[in-house]
Amino acid sequence: MTDTISLPNSLRSQPDASGHFGQFGGRYVAETLMPLILDLEKVYRAAKADPAFEEEYDYLLKQYVGRPNPLYHAARLTEALRKDAPAGKGAKIYLKREELNHTGAHKINNCIGQALLARRMGKKKVIAETGAGQHGVATATVAALFGMECKIFMGAKDVERQKPNVFRMKLLGAEVIPVTSGSATLKDSMNDALRHWVSNVHDTFYIIGTAAGPHPYPELVRDFQSIIGKEIKTQMMEAEGRLPDMLIAPVGGGSNAIGMFHPFLDDTDVAMIGVEAAGEGLTGKHAASLAGGASGILHGNRTYLLQDEDGQITEAHSISAGLDYPGIGPEHSWLHEIGRVQYMPVTDDEALASFQRLSALEGIIPALESAHAIAAAEQVAPTMDADKIIVVNLSGRGDKDIFTVADALGVEM
Amino acid sequence: MDRMATRFAACKAQGRAALITFVTAGDPTVAATPAILDALVAGGADIIELGMPFTDPMADGPAIELANLRSLGSGTKTAHIFAIAADFRARHPDTPLVLMGYANPMLVRGSDWFADQCKAAGVDGVICVDVPPEEDAELGPALRSAGIHLVRLATPTTDAKRLPAVLEGASGFLYHVSVAGITGKQQAAQANIDMAVQKLKAATDLPIAVGFGVRTPEQAAAIGRIADGVVVGSAIVDLVGSHGDAAAPFVQQFVAALSGALTANSRETAA
Ligand SMILES: Cc1ncc(COP(=O)(O)O)c(C=O)c1O
Repeated sequence: MTDTISLPNSLRSQPDASGHFGQFGGRYVAETLMPLILDLEKVYRAAKADPAFEEEYDYLLKQYVGRPNPLYHAARLTEALRKDAPAGKGAKIYLKREELNHTGAHKINNCIGQALLARRMGKKKVIAETGAGQHGVATATVAALFGMECKIFMGAKDVERQKPNVFRMKLLGAEVIPVTSGSATLKDSMNDALRHWVSNVHDTFYIIGTAAGPHPYPELVRDFQSIIGKEIKTQMMEAEGRLPDMLIAPVGGGSNAIGMFHPFLDDTDVAMIGVEAAGEGLTGKHAASLAGGASGILHGNRTYLLQDEDGQITEAHSISAGLDYPGIGPEHSWLHEIGRVQYMPVTDDEALASFQRLSALEGIIPALESAHAIAAAEQVAPTMDADKIIVVNLSGRGDKDIFTVADALGVEM
Repeated sequence: MDRMATRFAACKAQGRAALITFVTAGDPTVAATPAILDALVAGGADIIELGMPFTDPMADGPAIELANLRSLGSGTKTAHIFAIAADFRARHPDTPLVLMGYANPMLVRGSDWFADQCKAAGVDGVICVDVPPEEDAELGPALRSAGIHLVRLATPTTDAKRLPAVLEGASGFLYHVSVAGITGKQQAAQANIDMAVQKLKAATDLPIAVGFGVRTPEQAAAIGRIADGVVVGSAIVDLVGSHGDAAAPFVQQFVAALSGALTANSRETAA
């Protein structure tokens, strides 16, 4: 596959002018939305070139979000894995502590950026889709910060599964709209957010929560999340005087992963693993669109999707609500096809085990999403030499997941 | 002249707008669809829009979304839709048939495959909600080389600067989506529709059809005074939703009322 695709000089120069990453990406939206996303692209280009925009973004990340967050050497996890590894094996593991951000995940990096864009466009209302409620909470938070009216679309099933986050969003002043259409989960909340947006384009800005959707969303979400990879570069040079050998991140739509990977794409010695949710396993119900899907069009972009032979979207499953989506951001589809990033499936059970192990070994309760990346690191580290370095993106904290995990473990609370 | 142009010309000669009716293929079942399509024709529909069901119909309101789910829930496959179309073509050789739907089911086997199937089934045109002019390469070239019309949408947000891009490569007719929104919800003010249609007519010779939110014979008549075609969807789909397998006579009666209102227009103009 790789040798039939002509690659650009830099892998960091995508997308092209029409928003494509190779054959993926693009702008597959109803005509009503086209003028608006063309406008958004213009506003984003202008903002990118405006030092005042960057200054305000940096200020808020520092003073409001609490960046930079640490790059932490997980010594006990590293040692525990070395004990069972062959002699001389067992890579050194660092954790990028996105879970220490305000609101407890990487989602806020993107929300701050998009809220600044909304304000530049003169929009006073924002909407968002949410699965676990993490992006909903982050959006409600920035809406409060910017004094904007906020509506969050959330699958009725997820409203039931994620009660604490629903209450948080309400406290922050957002209206939470339960979505009963379709399968009543994340993809349906995105459908309803799009339906609301198309009916209110004149005054409403859609804060998409992952690096997917019509161009320019995958690009701008990636750019706002790239702070993760940029900080890792600096922090790793300080800690080790060199770049890491491998980066590992969980992939739902792919925003934390692309934010971590993008600054390193041209560093050919840095290997990367994106971790997809394999749910009950690839032969059962899962959410691994690269491992188990095919190229198609949904939610404004061409990308890998879980679908049947007629192009009907099939339901995803993951114990982690944030990974429970039948698609993936288009840049990941491209990075997968050109072979720059490896994608690896991790099951519910593996993630649950790593959720518990990291909590007990390091005193850090990871989000279930992040636990998928920890599980991948636990599989890969023992195969690598002990002088190699892995960075895992700890994309969020696990407080939101304790009920789900207790339930899965059969614990009465 | 092809089937579509012939039909618009015939309506024009009668001094009335064409009545374009939408139902979802396979709603409530594949078996029930032919009788519903026949009812549309018997009621006086000039052009049939046949919806291809999709799991995620982002541009549709609850009425058509539910129709999509009913259809898929009863097992409708893409092969059934082309069989329904081919069957319709055999029974109604002169009534134009347009497939309307979303990109993924249309393109999953490639655009050439889709265009070939359309041609073989006697489909006259295609409306794809989520392939805007910017992504024309996905679908447009294959349809054009198969001689199938690609019907484009113009909306309240399509300004004068953008309109030429929409018209480039559009054929059959131009579908004016009268509200910025989803199907079956709000209804546009008549004055806005009049103004929009006038602007579109100044920009193209294609017939202009107006849809989204048209639910009553009165509304259809008012729009029919200015547009070349009036599209009614959700109101018919609602009848299918409430009457199921037995919907055909109700559909026929309602479509006859719509058609009657458009025809009364022509008498008014003639008088
Ligand atoms: C903590 C955490 N990590 C990862 C994800 C997955 O999203 P993405 O792939 O866009 O980073 C989510 C989504 O809710 C999340 O909350």
